[in-house]
Amino acid sequence: MAKNDLIGGALWEQYSAKVGERMNNPRHRGEITEEEAKALGARLVVADWGAEACGDAVRLYWAVDPKTDRILQAKFKSFGCGTAIASSDMMAELALGKTVDEAMRITNIEVEKSLRDDPGTPAIPPQKMHCSVMAYDVIKKAASLYKGVDMASLAEEDIVCECARVGLRTIRDVIRINDLKTVEEITQYTKAGAFCKSCIRPGGHEARKYYLVDILRDTRAEMEKERLFAQADAGDFGAKNLIQKHRLIEKALDEKIRPSLAADGGSLEVVDIRESEGTVDVYIRYLGACRGCISSTKGTLQFIENMLRQELSDSIRVIPL
Amino acid sequence: MDRIYLDNNATTLVDPRVREAMEPFFTEQYGNPNSLHSFGTEVHPAMHLAMDRLYCGIGASDEDDIIVNSCASEGNNHVLKGIYFDLVRNGPKNEILTTQVEHPCVRNSCAFLESLGARVTYMPVNADGIVDAETLRRHIHPDRTALVSVMWANNETGLVFPVRELAEICRENGVLFHTDAVQAIGKLPVDVARVPVDFLTFSAHKFHGPKGVGGLFIRKGLKLTPLIHGGEQMGGRRAGTINVPYLVGMGAAMGLAVESLAYEESAVRALRDRLEDAILAIPDTMVVGKRELRTPNTILASFRGIEGEAMIWDLNASGVAASTGSACASESLEPNPTFVAMRISDELAHTGIRFSLSRFTTTEEIDRAATVIRQSAQRLRAISSTYQNNK
Repeated sequence: MAKNDLIGGALWEQYSAKVGERMNNPRHRGEITEEEAKALGARLVVADWGAEACGDAVRLYWAVDPKTDRILQAKFKSFGCGTAIASSDMMAELALGKTVDEAMRITNIEVEKSLRDDPGTPAIPPQKMHCSVMAYDVIKKAASLYKGVDMASLAEEDIVCECARVGLRTIRDVIRINDLKTVEEITQYTKAGAFCKSCIRPGGHEARKYYLVDILRDTRAEMEKERLFAQADAGDFGAKNLIQKHRLIEKALDEKIRPSLAADGGSLEVVDIRESEGTVDVYIRYLGACRGCISSTKGTLQFIENMLRQELSDSIRVIPL
Repeated sequence: MDRIYLDNNATTLVDPRVREAMEPFFTEQYGNPNSLHSFGTEVHPAMHLAMDRLYCGIGASDEDDIIVNSCASEGNNHVLKGIYFDLVRNGPKNEILTTQVEHPCVRNSCAFLESLGARVTYMPVNADGIVDAETLRRHIHPDRTALVSVMWANNETGLVFPVRELAEICRENGVLFHTDAVQAIGKLPVDVARVPVDFLTFSAHKFHGPKGVGGLFIRKGLKLTPLIHGGEQMGGRRAGTINVPYLVGMGAAMGLAVESLAYEESAVRALRDRLEDAILAIPDTMVVGKRELRTPNTILASFRGIEGEAMIWDLNASGVAASTGSACASESLEPNPTFVAMRISDELAHTGIRFSLSRFTTTEEIDRAATVIRQSAQRLRAISSTYQNNK
């Protein structure tokens, strides 16, 4: 809650002008007949998605050139709110001229972004995002029909939310693409969980195979794992977490510093590593002959710091205790 | 383009006569009525006149209280939370009985009281969409029911509940009865002398008065813990400086509403029926609830194959203001609980469009609105992916 949320009724004010135009005059509404497709030398694909009882349903017509797989014509019909009409219209437009495989890569985010007036301002408020998710689903459906394969092989292997007919892959994709952190956000983006709520968590009026809370937790865990691995594999010292930094510092000390200190009967240990404002402070304690050595606060220290900076990063400072 | 306002169950135009009555109390007579000097005392006659009109308007006796407050949401909160403090919290009467189709201010207050340990039962509606005497008899328990709260008329459908019968059943069982009459005042005779309610709430802006002022009727001698503690205003039952111009406006609006009841019953009803006939002449269209069971101004229509938000967008573009209970048009995407409770069809939750008239609605407006609605239905059905499927 904040100043701009206190006065309600702002739903339509959050639609972009492009959304409004396409609600009033969708450019690709209508249907393609068998005869029209034949006249283009194309194959007709008609795909339905959604249901009236869920509040949104869309039918997509494609005339596809069977030699090139290119979509020559795209039309739609929709039982849906204004934003469903607008995003279906944009979804049809984006697929035009693409091959079926290219069209399958159109995401809900791309549909929404194409409807923006200004690149930095969303075209529709988050609770209406499900409309563009549906556009993404119906494309997959049309592609599966064209390829003559089961849609499951392309997309929805499991329906999570029966009311809104939202599948496991869509939910995982939406969490990943939009970096969603709460079940409420999943509901805003996909409509999953908006109706009977059985799929949100166990204990609803109907037992489900999948629950949004579990999918969210597992997907976030996967994302976190991938992030950590990417960080560990990254070349950039600054992007690594503290444990990874510590490991690299120890490795550099073992290879480049400790052998020469040992030759003089000394050693050092890392006591702490602290990060602040782009600086990595490495706190060390001298051991053996190094303790009390005059050089340990001057030349040796400089040598250690220079080596770590050269090997790892200029942001490192070495502080003897 | 002249716009046509058919959303009078949401709010109404302030009658120019009401505005005129309020005017002096913003400018010359701005005193605090609790002050002893002349600035304070000179506003008293107008306040008394306004109170007379409120009492007269609902048939209250001088021994009853009508607490002037900010709106019916406040009044309903006051009744439910007051009863929680006075009865429910200490038992043995720990149950509040209400319906599945109340306004959110009742439903959400009840949910809050449940979180504090109150027992709340939400009675279902019958095939006609109302809670009947039989249903109340089945649910009421004299030993445990503290309060029954049932709306006089429903905001979405206009369906009128048999409050007189329900209130009498409560009285027989020694149970308090509250009704949210926000959709009844100005549309139907509301007379607490004939209908034995204990608490009744209303809001001025639903009957051509200003927003931000309402009333709570409390039957003679009944205790009700205040919602707002503070000064001695309203006899200590509701603190806060009385909003004099708004009270004056509400009084004037109540007087006019009662005077206009006959017009509402005949002329507004005739216009409503004219619009309803025009809507029903469009194929595959339905209206919820029998005409004779509804307030004279309300139509809840469903156009097969057309989602509600898309239609009100279209109507708005043509200058016609209506509302939809469609889940898609709400902030939360939640289906409207009234529609769910009425179990009419899954589609209704997405297709329902409400048209609500007032005494300011004209025949020309109705005829133009009918044309706009017909054109919109045609356009959206031409786009609809489900319309032909269902034929």
